[in-house]
Amino acid sequence: MSWGSWDNFLAMGGYAFYVWGSYLAALGLVIAEIALLALRKRSVLGRLRAGRPGNR
Amino acid sequence: MRVNWFKYSSPQTFFPLAGKLAFWFGALAFLACAAGLYIGFFRAPTDAQQGEAYRIIFIHVPAAWMSMFLYIVMAFWAGLGLAFNTRLSGMMASALAPTGALFTFLALWTGSLWGKPTWGTWWVWDARLTSELILLFLYFGFMALQAAIDDPRRADKAGAVLALVGVVNIPIIYFSVKWWNTLHQGASVSLTRAPTMAATMLAGMIVMALGFWFYSIALALMRARCIMLERERASEWAVEYARGSA
Amino acid sequence: MMAALRCVIHRDLLLAVRRSSDVLTVLLFFVIVASLFPLGVGPDPALLRAIAPGVIWVAALLASMLALNRMFASDHADGTLEQMLLGATPLGMTVAAKVLAHWLVSGLPLVLISPVLALQFDFPQESLWTLTLSLALGTPALSLIGAIGAALTLGLRGAGALLSLLVLPLYAPVLIIGAGAAEAAVSGLGGQAQLLLLGALLVFAGAFAPWAAAVALRISSE
Repeated sequence: MSWGSWDNFLAMGGYAFYVWGSYLAALGLVIAEIALLALRKRSVLGRLRAGRPGNR
Repeated sequence: MRVNWFKYSSPQTFFPLAGKLAFWFGALAFLACAAGLYIGFFRAPTDAQQGEAYRIIFIHVPAAWMSMFLYIVMAFWAGLGLAFNTRLSGMMASALAPTGALFTFLALWTGSLWGKPTWGTWWVWDARLTSELILLFLYFGFMALQAAIDDPRRADKAGAVLALVGVVNIPIIYFSVKWWNTLHQGASVSLTRAPTMAATMLAGMIVMALGFWFYSIALALMRARCIMLERERASEWAVEYARGSA
Repeated sequence: MMAALRCVIHRDLLLAVRRSSDVLTVLLFFVIVASLFPLGVGPDPALLRAIAPGVIWVAALLASMLALNRMFASDHADGTLEQMLLGATPLGMTVAAKVLAHWLVSGLPLVLISPVLALQFDFPQESLWTLTLSLALGTPALSLIGAIGAALTLGLRGAGALLSLLVLPLYAPVLIIGAGAAEAAVSGLGGQAQLLLLGALLVFAGAFAPWAAAVALRISSE
């Protein structure tokens, strides 16, 4: 599958909004999930170090 | 050599193993997704009917597969925890739920974006999308129930009952929705009928599904580690780990 | 054991009769919700006839869900539930008896009044029987499934809204088949297949839901 040019690839035959909308949403959700998990870990480690009771 | 099935059923022993496994599965996930995307964009040909819009399939279908698979795995671990009273099984089930909900939402989002250019509307009440919507509600219900219960053991067990009831209901829901859809839509086509599958298209979908699967494992293990630290905060190993990782 | 179950049903019915406002509220909710839809979509008779089975079914579903909180809450509050957990009668049977009493008070009145509401939507009279029968088979199934949710959310903050979230996805098949039965009757195809399926769902729910709810009750009471 050769796209010919970078512009053709980005345009996705006119469906750029739908195709890239899907892929960017997937990437965004994955990044958000990893980031939220990292924040959660940081918060629990902080609480453990301080010896404070935390949630559950 | 006798296998000790319960060796890793204590949070203390499983914690470091989960960390190592998460790293390797994360790396595998990255590779698999890269390979899948390469196949999807540079090997699979343009579809005759749908043009380039069909390429959403490489996210939509693997996400839908994962959403259903993760619910079953979640119900499995929850059931195991209920039956054997192992704390870690319940933690694993709770760790899987948000990732499962994410894939369900992604399947719905990409389904909607696929439906607009191909069938003209942002939402299509076809059997798969409607079942996915109900599955999303099932995930949210599980997470909401666990969030509402303060005692973690009660939360695990209650969630397990709900997950098991849900998993029994999923086939019933799917078939009743499928029947409902055919009755009302008549001769229309649905998103479940994929374009004529070139071998490369199928290969792309399967590789992406593998990538999503490895990603789910990695993330569930990382989240399980967080849950272990949160719940075992009174124990020495948790405090030592926190001090050690400063 | 039968004596114990009769006792449970008798007690629940007696309590419901004494607090008859609970029963009437559910019934009134059903009537009001069903009457709200024409206000929302307009008085066009053809449209109302088309949406009648779905609207009546959804209204009945929501009304019966409103009453679910009552199933175990008052017993939990005054300690009767603990006695039931400790008693000799299998908890699953006790739950089944409570669900039956609950349906007699919150489900059956809906079934009985549904033909009147259906006539408001100009529902064809020949199909009224199928609609009523579908509700008669469906509302007990809804009560049974709802009992699981009520048992899981016992004593929690915000139990009402959480209960809805838990139970509504599980209600979907009953709704689809029940409303489908009424629609099939209207369109002339006859609703026998759907009614049989509803019966199957009811039997399935009757066999497993009391047991699942009993497990959930023990979990909620520890």
